[in-house]
Amino acid sequence: MTLAELRVGQKAVIEALQGSDSVTQRLMEMGLLKGETVELLGIAPLGDPLEVRLGSYRLSLRKAEASRVLVTTLRD
Amino acid sequence: MQNLTAKSGSASAVKEVVIALVGNPNTGKTTLFNALSGLRQRVGNYPGVTVERKVGRFQWGGVSFQLIDLPGTYSLTPRSPDEMVAVDVLLGLQPGEKRPDVILSIADASNLERNLYLTTQLMEVGIPVVLALNMTDLAEAQGRIYDPAKLQERLGIPVVALQAHRGIGLDALRNVLAQTSSPPRAGVHFPEIVEREAQQLAAYLREGLGSARGRETLDPSSARFLALRLFFDQNGYTEKALRNRLGEDLAGMLREARARLDAAGYPVPATEAQLRYAWIKDRLRDCYSEAPRPARDWTDTLDRILTHRVWGMAIFLIIMFLVFQAIFTGAQPLMEGIILAQSFVADFVRNSLPPGPLRGLISDGIIEGVGSVLVFLPQIVILFGFIAILEDCGYMARAAYLMDKIMARCGLSGKSFIPLLSCFACAIPGIMATRVIEDRRDRLATILVAPLMSCSARLPVYVLMTSAFIPTDTWLGPWLPGLVLFCMYLIGLIVAPLVAWLLKRSLLRGETPIFLMELPAYKWPSPGMVVYRMYDRGKAFVVRAGTIILATMIVVWALLYFPVEGTDETGAPINFDLRLAELETTQAELEDQLQDLQTVGDLSLEAAQKMALLEEKVHAIQDEAAHLQGSWKRQSILGRMGRAVEPAVVSLGWDWRIAMAVLASFPAREVVVGTLGVIYDAGSDVDETSPSLQAQLKAARWGPDSPLAGEPVFTVATALSLMVFFALCCQCASTLAVIRRETNSWLWPLFTFAYMTGLAYVGALVVFQTAKLLGC
Repeated sequence: MTLAELRVGQKAVIEALQGSDSVTQRLMEMGLLKGETVELLGIAPLGDPLEVRLGSYRLSLRKAEASRVLVTTLRD
Repeated sequence: MQNLTAKSGSASAVKEVVIALVGNPNTGKTTLFNALSGLRQRVGNYPGVTVERKVGRFQWGGVSFQLIDLPGTYSLTPRSPDEMVAVDVLLGLQPGEKRPDVILSIADASNLERNLYLTTQLMEVGIPVVLALNMTDLAEAQGRIYDPAKLQERLGIPVVALQAHRGIGLDALRNVLAQTSSPPRAGVHFPEIVEREAQQLAAYLREGLGSARGRETLDPSSARFLALRLFFDQNGYTEKALRNRLGEDLAGMLREARARLDAAGYPVPATEAQLRYAWIKDRLRDCYSEAPRPARDWTDTLDRILTHRVWGMAIFLIIMFLVFQAIFTGAQPLMEGIILAQSFVADFVRNSLPPGPLRGLISDGIIEGVGSVLVFLPQIVILFGFIAILEDCGYMARAAYLMDKIMARCGLSGKSFIPLLSCFACAIPGIMATRVIEDRRDRLATILVAPLMSCSARLPVYVLMTSAFIPTDTWLGPWLPGLVLFCMYLIGLIVAPLVAWLLKRSLLRGETPIFLMELPAYKWPSPGMVVYRMYDRGKAFVVRAGTIILATMIVVWALLYFPVEGTDETGAPINFDLRLAELETTQAELEDQLQDLQTVGDLSLEAAQKMALLEEKVHAIQDEAAHLQGSWKRQSILGRMGRAVEPAVVSLGWDWRIAMAVLASFPAREVVVGTLGVIYDAGSDVDETSPSLQAQLKAARWGPDSPLAGEPVFTVATALSLMVFFALCCQCASTLAVIRRETNSWLWPLFTFAYMTGLAYVGALVVFQTAKLLGC
């Protein structure tokens, strides 16, 4: 599944990022890398973008970009 | 300090260490910049781009420092000319700019891993790097206490712990800056094959660029840095910029090199991010200890409310309403004060100088011009006060988060919302506020549509036209004028998104910028920072846009003043300025006599008759003055221009006098009301609610040469056409001056003026012709 499909409050581990263009490059620069843990903190009231916890900070990105991030959910 | 370069030759040679300040957004970079350089700052623009060039100076330990503030960024991966500036400055390739001696890399300690990504890139530039570890208090509150000494040892660069907003650690930082002279010992280690490819490409670059530039060759570390950027940034700006200089071979070379890297198991772009983050994690491992974490994170709690579906939106709307109300009405008393002071000074000049071009230039050109610059200051300062508070406390990012979906529909992002909202009060502060938008194309699109929002300067035009010409006796009763006014505001709201959408698909087409935004932890805004932002933006406006506005005002004044000699109603030659001055003196004398009579309090019939006679004379003089002013302005250069364009505007329902008033309102839309007053002989002291002006407009008839001769000029259709024109046009020299300043180019203000005037013309044409068909 992708980061865009997580439920609010769910945690997941990043498996891979799709694409090799500058969009993917920017996602990686911000720390969205294989093996990192992400948590979906919220979805904006109008349905987009998302608020994600990544390491020690909060990142907001749109579903279009989040769907490039393949994840496996964590149970806890 | 072998690295310090002395200005050679002169006996008074001053050593100046150039420091480049670089960091992620939200790291307290501006706070540190101000703390180090105080208010000794100079703001300018880098040529050809929209990036502000900000330089501060300070002295420490007998050394002079020059501090260059580079735009906040998450990486040195240029994707536009604007982002290339930072790279060019750091490599010493920026024309006219000395290469920095030291890079000051500021990082947010509460999120150090991601902040160090940029630092690892800076460490490869080839000049000394100092790490300012800022917000250590916040990191501690979140559970991490860093050991700066250990960090320094592990990273291989000097590290200073800071709390810039409290001024803690600044002296230590200044000492380190004065002593640092050697480039970083080590950095991220790239695999053998990457290094080999980079060395080959670097050699090619040094040869190609060295000969092309005809002066000193690129130093090895700069060449290696550029080579890495060329490998890793597919379709990046570095490649575009260098392809122009090195030829098309470069693209083929890069494609082959990337294929070789990929074959060796190092795909682009993943390799770079993975290697850097792996290095950072490894270095940080034993540099901190865990601190007790509070059970509850304030930011989590606040975010749950402030981004809530119901409460979050409600609070957002309340905050936006407050901001808007403050610029719209809060600035009013200050603006009125400025206008009052301006007319006081202008009167003083009028009374102390003899009539003539000089008096006119000073009182109606320069003082009016200065006043019209200063009058924007309250709105700018208030808006930037709010923006500074919202940004400093972390709410600005939430506002963009909440509004992104709406703005995304027309190709913009949530960051455009507050600038555009501010434009309903005034486009000037709104356009200046677009600096919060990092993406260049998004920012340009926002700037270009900003003047379409119905600002407060349009209101006088709307009010004059609706109250004089929109009937209240239809089946809609008293609601019709209000409805018309509402529609005028709606025009901007409908047209602006359409234009933005079109621009993003035509002129400003390009890769869709992605919306990736950090949501910083909430904190109390620092009052010093808020005051600084208000001062800084106010000054930037007055100094850099003010001159253009002033010049425009003087030009329009001259077009209305000359020729000062013309003919009166009987065809006799007359000097309008002198004749008006005479009338003014006579009127003042008569009014004095009247005053005297009133003070005496003589109640006799004779005295009453005398007073009535005097009053009559005063009225007669006022009428004559109004007529004289009217014919002066009608015979002026601008009046002739109005006649010249009449054929083009007849289809909008305008006669040449309306055309002239519209031309005269180029400096500012609201000027049209006063100009209509003068050329329709209602005198110069009218405003949009004056009954005399409304009566004169209703009485105006088409001239004898027109096929409509004798018909009223102003009908409902004409009024609507004029309102729609003003809703869409860019008759505002100040807006154009600010666009010039913010885009650092004349192209964009010219484009804005042209497209908006075109839109306004077509809009007015359609509305007038439709209304006429409907019999209005």
